[in-house]
Amino acid sequence: MSEQPTYKKKDFVSDQEVRWCPGCGDYAILSSVQLALTKLGRKKEEFVFVSGIGCSSRFPYYMNTYGLHTIHGRAPALASGIKTQNPDLSVWIITGDGDGLSIGGNHLIHVVRRNLDVNILLFNNEIYGLTKGQYSPTSNQGLVTKSTPQGSIDRPFQPAPLLLGARSSFYARTLDTDPKHMQQMFTRSYNHKGTSFVEIFQNCVIFNDKIHEQFTNRASRDDTTIRVEHGQPMIFGKEKNKGIILKDVKPEVVTIGENGVTEADLLVHDETNPFIANLLAHANDFGLPVPYGVLYCAKDEACYEEGVHSQINAVIDKKGKGDMKKLLFSGETITVD
Amino acid sequence: MQELDSVIVRFAGDSGDGMQLAGTQFSNTSAIMGNDISTFPDFPAEIRAPRGTEAGVSGFQVHIGAKEIHTPGDAPYILVAMNPAAFKVNLKDLEQGGILIANTDEFTDKNLEKLDMTGTVLDSPMVEPYKVVRAAITSQTVEALKELDLDNKSKERCKNFYALGLIYYMLHREIDPTLKWIREKFAGKDTLIQANETALKAGFNFGDTIEESVSRFKIPAAKIQPGTYKQINGNTATAWGFIQAAQTSGRELFLGSYPITPASDILHELSKRKDFNVKTFQAEDEIAGICTSIGAAFSGALAITSTSGPGMALKGEAMGLAMMYELPLVIINVQRGGPSTGLPTKTEQSDLMQAFYGRNGESPVAIVAASRPADCFHMAYEASRLALEHMTPVILLTDGYIANGAEPWRLPDLDKDYSTINTTVVKDGDYNDKEFLAYERNAETYARPWALPGTPGLEHRLGGLEKKSGTGNISYDPANHEAMCFERRDKILKMQNSIPELELEGEDSGDVLVVSWGGTYGAVTQAVSKLQKEGKKISLAHLRYINPFPKNFESTLKNFKKILVPELNLGQLVNIMNAEFRCDAHGINKVQGLPFKISELVEAFNKELN
Repeated sequence: MSEQPTYKKKDFVSDQEVRWCPGCGDYAILSSVQLALTKLGRKKEEFVFVSGIGCSSRFPYYMNTYGLHTIHGRAPALASGIKTQNPDLSVWIITGDGDGLSIGGNHLIHVVRRNLDVNILLFNNEIYGLTKGQYSPTSNQGLVTKSTPQGSIDRPFQPAPLLLGARSSFYARTLDTDPKHMQQMFTRSYNHKGTSFVEIFQNCVIFNDKIHEQFTNRASRDDTTIRVEHGQPMIFGKEKNKGIILKDVKPEVVTIGENGVTEADLLVHDETNPFIANLLAHANDFGLPVPYGVLYCAKDEACYEEGVHSQINAVIDKKGKGDMKKLLFSGETITVD
Repeated sequence: MQELDSVIVRFAGDSGDGMQLAGTQFSNTSAIMGNDISTFPDFPAEIRAPRGTEAGVSGFQVHIGAKEIHTPGDAPYILVAMNPAAFKVNLKDLEQGGILIANTDEFTDKNLEKLDMTGTVLDSPMVEPYKVVRAAITSQTVEALKELDLDNKSKERCKNFYALGLIYYMLHREIDPTLKWIREKFAGKDTLIQANETALKAGFNFGDTIEESVSRFKIPAAKIQPGTYKQINGNTATAWGFIQAAQTSGRELFLGSYPITPASDILHELSKRKDFNVKTFQAEDEIAGICTSIGAAFSGALAITSTSGPGMALKGEAMGLAMMYELPLVIINVQRGGPSTGLPTKTEQSDLMQAFYGRNGESPVAIVAASRPADCFHMAYEASRLALEHMTPVILLTDGYIANGAEPWRLPDLDKDYSTINTTVVKDGDYNDKEFLAYERNAETYARPWALPGTPGLEHRLGGLEKKSGTGNISYDPANHEAMCFERRDKILKMQNSIPELELEGEDSGDVLVVSWGGTYGAVTQAVSKLQKEGKKISLAHLRYINPFPKNFESTLKNFKKILVPELNLGQLVNIMNAEFRCDAHGINKVQGLPFKISELVEAFNKELN
């Protein structure tokens, strides 16, 4: 307790050369994670980064912590084993839209359902990068890629409603162009007890460049996104004069000062309210700006690994520690002289 | 009264008739009375197939003896047929002159017609070779329970105890152990206790009243090696072997698993053992089962995953990952009839090739196989020891036959025989004067250090990409890749130094060497020993360590004129041996979802001896 470790960013930088494409959004995410970790007051050796396969999944090699680069889609399963076996570790799952939502979709929903106390960072660039540019489960319909020359006909996943449907107890969204916000979200995710899911809009400069451009460039971003904060009214727009209200059980975009609307009429974000979280998760369907920030943060839900260890402790408290000899000689035995 | 040195009883009925329970009670009682025993449950994959159909027949065969018993036996001497379907399916197996106990209540015209038989079947030439005991088991049970406040259906459900009581009378069994079991099982439900006890006694008394027409036999206690014995099945023994390995090595046991027949009982058993700090994780699928275990191994657990053939197929990629990580992991495959979904409740040995080669790339893992139910304890312990000491995945092969079969187990001296497993766990202080290299190999075993997350200064990354020898960093260098393939292969070969040499049963040279592996041991050893007594020059090499093979295996093969390899597959070990040793071994193969009979092996061996 006494020794609060103090770290600099370089303490979390491994000796391996980073091999993402120049201009890749992953660099900014890596840097933000490394910076966020310096401020958590947690010992370096207690961090474990676990990834699947894909560009984002090279991440653990670049972190000077414990780490596993696993197989495609399975990071949540390995992470579940790491955390269940040793709850004292801070476990981070690094995944992408292909790794997490396609081949690893099953593990993703189940780790979230169990609510292990782990952090999931999903780099969403809406494309397969490492296999050189096929459409992913988050690609928009119509996207022309090598495997969809006439345009993708797949309906994309919306990660937020999917994950909330799987009972995610924490959901945040951030952008690779906003390092300060990323660090805030990573810190929030670390502090949340339970599975924390952070979706990061990440740009693939080679195969899907500028896919999130409308949410990131100065000219449009204030009108296309809304930064939600707990307890704050939902205001956005360049002039900070637009907002979201609830009318007839539907959200609606309004302009403050028009039709008698005042700031007091706006919906106030309550990140513990699953109704609001789901409303924000479906922003696209309601024609709302894309929300970023903490969409949902459930209050104190039990974590899987705590349950595992408390059951064990309860049995040992009641029966005492197991004794193999006693077990062997328990029940019916016969002795032959 | 006749004294027998062994007898085989088969209980057969509908899958809802409680035959597994009757068989288990009979074998437990016999074990308590000092007999050696071996059991073989044989049940359909459906939980409740349509009543009265051949598909729904569930059987439980028990072989008890006043001598050493190695198998559940070839042909039953007593067959209990609770209905005509059980009669139809099982009669052909009954020994000539054996006893058929038929539940006449079920032999109605209607039931028989459904099975293309007629009302006179119990008087037909079909049953002439046997002694038939007619017993109105269902109606007599209901009659005996008429005073009890239970509905008719519940009364009928006690008929397995009535049948059991009759067998207890005929074979001079004590009824107390079963009475005790009934009281414990139905504690708090007095009517059910009374009902089952009454049914058991009624069956016993029925035997007594028809004494004239029913033979009674005595099977004295077996003269077996002194010690304390406990009746155990293979899956329980497997689970306990892992717990012992965890206790010995000081690592906590972690099982990641997905339910699958016939392996699920390992998950059930370990889930009960929380007092041993065992963690069980019922995963969302087979892949997550092994992946959670690999994660737990990284965290420092003795990590295992249990499954059967189809699950092995799904776990293949992750096994390759564990092999690349060089982390300890035991994968248990309780083999069942394949391919695909195959025969889930039947036994087979057809996953050996899969264990050897079922992964992409050059991906060697260690393979061991248990030979009988109680041996599962030893081989689970050994699989763990090898995984931990050599830092590698180990596949433990058992099968449905030994997993569900039970036998008395001479309880081992844990302090003497199961007390040392070393791990390669390293601490931060170990590297004060040298650099930590994640893939620095122990010169003798090629095992790498096991540095657990949480240890300061030993932070490292593992991955499935090829790694540089020593450091473990990513390397695409062609020569390094080849060198690493050799290192991983040699690591498995070096295990030969820590596994026992093969011991032959019989002379170390001769006409025929039988090479078997895994769960066929009981039948094979009996067949070989029978021929040895006849003066034949035949010996047995039974393998429990399969990859690597014991050091002296190849040289042993050279001392025999012929090599025969009986397997419950179309020829897997035999092909591996011929590829590896060019030894011209011949396969004796059976793929019926059933174990070998001793008689069929004797015949097959004899053919080659003459």
